Formats: sequence, C-alpha cells, structure tokens
Amino acid sequence: MSDLSVLYDVPGPRAKRRNWLYTVLFLVVLGLVSWWVLDTMADKNQLAGEKWLPFVEDSRIWTTFLLPGLLNTLKAAALAIVIALPFGALLGIGRLSDHRWISVPVGAVVEFFRAIPVLLLMLFANEAYAQLTDVESEIRPLYAVVTGLVLYNASVIAEVVRAGILSLPHGQTDAAKAIGMRKGQIMSYVLLPQAVTAMLPALVSQLVVIVKDTALGGALLGFAELLSRVRSITANYGANTIAAFTVVALLFILLNFLLTSFASWLEGRARRSRKGTGAVVTEDIGSDVAVVSAPGDDRTDGPGGPGHGPGDGGVRKTR
Amino acid sequence: MFDFLDLERYDLLGAFWVTVQLTVYSAVGSLIWGTILAGMRVSPVPLMRGFGTAYVNIMRNTPLTVVLVAASLGLYQTLSVTLGGRDSDQIGFRLAVLGLVAYTATFVCEALRSGINTVPVGQAEAARALGLGFTQVLTLIVLPQAFRSVVAPLANVLIALTKNTTVAATIGVSEAALLMKEMIENESDVIFLVFSVFAFGFIVLTLPTGLLLGWVSKRVAVKR
Repeated sequence: MSDLSVLYDVPGPRAKRRNWLYTVLFLVVLGLVSWWVLDTMADKNQLAGEKWLPFVEDSRIWTTFLLPGLLNTLKAAALAIVIALPFGALLGIGRLSDHRWISVPVGAVVEFFRAIPVLLLMLFANEAYAQLTDVESEIRPLYAVVTGLVLYNASVIAEVVRAGILSLPHGQTDAAKAIGMRKGQIMSYVLLPQAVTAMLPALVSQLVVIVKDTALGGALLGFAELLSRVRSITANYGANTIAAFTVVALLFILLNFLLTSFASWLEGRARRSRKGTGAVVTEDIGSDVAVVSAPGDDRTDGPGGPGHGPGDGGVRKTR
Repeated sequence: MFDFLDLERYDLLGAFWVTVQLTVYSAVGSLIWGTILAGMRVSPVPLMRGFGTAYVNIMRNTPLTVVLVAASLGLYQTLSVTLGGRDSDQIGFRLAVLGLVAYTATFVCEALRSGINTVPVGQAEAARALGLGFTQVLTLIVLPQAFRSVVAPLANVLIALTKNTTVAATIGVSEAALLMKEMIENESDVIFLVFSVFAFGFIVLTLPTGLLLGWVSKRVAVKR
C-alpha cells in the first residue's frame, strides 16, 4: 500500500479508459477557463508585449521597484521574528510556570493577542506611534508593521514553545530533578535545548505567515514592501496591472515555497533523528495553533496514500 | 467615557455584521471548494491530482492581501469582472468572498486530507471489496468519517478566516477593520478605547466559535 492509494482499485482496461475520459474532460474545462481568462486579458490589452517585456528587458524595474520592495518585506519579516522569538519564549515558559499568578495572566495575554486580527494590531500600532511617540513618519509604517507582527507572533511562538516543551517525555524532568537541578536549570539546560529541535519546523512555517502578513502593511499603512510596488510599476510602465501582480505574486510564492520546503526538510530530519524524541511541533493546518506529532504516529497508515503534507496525523496537545 | 462611540456616525454593528457575512459566505464557499480540491488530490486521475497539488501550493504561499488586492485591481478594475454586483460596495464584497474562498479552501483541503489519513485503511478496503467505485468510496465511506475527525482543525480554519476577513479592508469593503481605521484616525485621543472595542468584538466572534466547535468535535469524533 505504499505507492498506491487504497481509495480505488488498480485500474483495469475500463477504468483506464474512464480515467482518460476524465483527463480529457478536465483538460477541456481547464482550457475553456484559460481561454476565457486570456481572451478577457487580450480584450483589455493586458497581453501586449510591452506590458510584460519590461520585467525581462528593463533591469531598472527590478533595481528601482521590485528588489527594494522585496528587501523591505524581508527586513520587516526578519525584524519581527528576531524580536518575537525571545518574547515568545518568555511567554511560553511563563505559561508553564507553577505559579498561578504568572501562568494565568501570561495565558490571558497570549490568548488575547492570538484572538485579534494582526491588521487591527498594525493599525493601532501605527496610530499609537503617531500620537504617543515622535517616530519619524517615513519609518513609522515599518515600526507599525513590525510591532503588529511581534505582538501577534510572540503569542503564537509562545504556544509553539509550550507545545515543544510539553512534547518532551516526562522522564527528562524527573531525571533532572533526581540529580538535584532547580526549576530554572531544568528549563534552560534540559528542556529548552531539546524543545528547540522539535520547534524549529514550526518556527520556520511561522516565518511564512510573517512574510505573508507584511503585505498588509503595504496595502493599508503605506509600507514600501513588495506588494505596494505594484502601483508604482503600473504607474511607470503603462498600466500593466496583471503582469505586475503576476511577477509580485511569483516572488512571494517562490520565497514562501523555499521556506515551506526548508520547514518540511527540518521536520523530516527531526523526525528521523535518533538523538531526539522524534516529536515534532508542526503548524496546525490553516491556523496558528501548534501541533505535536507523537513519534509513534504511522503517517502512511491511511487511505490517502502517498503524498502527506506537513501536519498530517498530528496530536493536538495545545489546549 | 464612551462618548466616542457615536453610533449615528460610526455604524459599529453594521461593520461587524459585514464581517460576519464575509465569514459565513466564505466559510460555506471554502468548505465546498476545499472538499472538491481534497477529492481531486486523492483521485485516480493524475492530471486532477497535479492540478490540486499545484493549486494548493500556489495559493497557500501567496499572501491573502495579494489575492484580494489582485482581485480588486486586476479582476475588477482591469478585466471588468463584476460577479454580477451592481454597485462598487457589492462588487467589493463579492470579490472579497471570492478571494477568501480561493485562499481558505487550500487550508480546508489540507485539513480534510489529513482527516482522510485518520480513516483506517480497512474501511476503504472493505468498501472496495463490496464493489464501490472511487466516488462511492470517497463520498459514502471515507469523507463522512474524515469530516468527523477534522472538526477541530476546521474550527481553527474558521477562526483564522474570521480574522482574515479584516484583510478585505484593503479593497475597501466596509467591515470592522476599515471602520476601526477611520475611527482611530478621527478619535485620536481615545485610540486605546477604540482598539479595545474592536478587539472585544473579535473576541466575541472567535471565542464562542472555538468553544462550540471544540465541544462538537468531541461529540462527533469517531471513537477508535
């Protein structure tokens, strides 16, 4: 059952013919849709060569617009993850504290910021910087974007850290206690270093979420990141909206695809590793809740057959 | 203290109502489209599998903001696709739902696919032994069990979707985030209060959803 799906029989002559029929029908539908799209684009003069050629012929479109935009996107994302990591770690550890007067308020803070859309945090941060501080207005969008991302992602990372620490076998804490370590020592010398391996894939996936969210700053706060370059390009290169969006989207997809692939490579490595526990914290599908896959999970044991995505078969331990 | 909450001037409830409508329409749409995508990704037709995989990987790695702004600037303003909307408000709303469905369906698809993996192999094998074809195995045997095991992940997708509807503010749909942007600029002396009101609104929307669906997921989960 490793290379075939169990949802259907090995196709015989009739099934093969039927599958060919479906393939052809599907191709026809795809062809009709693409024809309609291309026809509409041609109608609106979006297919014309001069709208697309600048992206390959004119290096200025890259040096003046796209690359600086990409750089700003990366800058905001990098700043956000670097600042959010220590906060997230502190919040995650705080939530595991034995003292209720620490764990309850920290839990409330984490849940609060996870429930608020990141766009609201950015809008609020932008106005708060304008009203309460004298941050210059050129740099304020970057500050606002990074603040919003940090507030939100620190609380997400807190959950990842908590799940990572909880994924470790209880024997680790017991053994450390037995040799006389204190709570702080257990956390910093025993639990955290091991949890980092389990957390790494989830942290890289979180970076994808951060990169995607920087685009919000471009759309509403006037932050000069990659998406906001579309307007400048269409203004300078003759209303080539579709072409500009295609290139910008491709850049985002490429960047995020690299990060996603890196995350699943890390995940596979952590899972196969003999040193670690084999437990991996992965991003829960479609949301920002970390999930712990137990090492015993047989991830091919389902009728879905080959091609399991990250996060399959996870055991939720976060709530 | 709450003087700034001039409901005559700011249609707070109306804005949150638009948020709810966006959420509901997009949730229904992405559930349907996501299920179709999941079906494609496990189907015996290689071309459909390839299309499903490509679609999910492309959409998941595109920022939702890019999807929505492209829908507005590209589809509507450049290609004049109006989706049957009459005025710009209605067109914006429909484009936002379209973008949210296209984006959220990928997460529904991935959740469902992992749900399909939790169904024991024997279920599908027994169904095939009875002579059921792929569509029958999927719709009668596997998907009903898969849905029951993914209520909790789908609840997370729904909560993420509720928060993601704020992105529709980027194309001018008059939902909660856009109203907050307007209020926070006009009532600049009470920004903390304005923010708290909107934050509270979103907590009211997301918290019960999570609790209710968490309860449902425990009730409907297949005991194995």
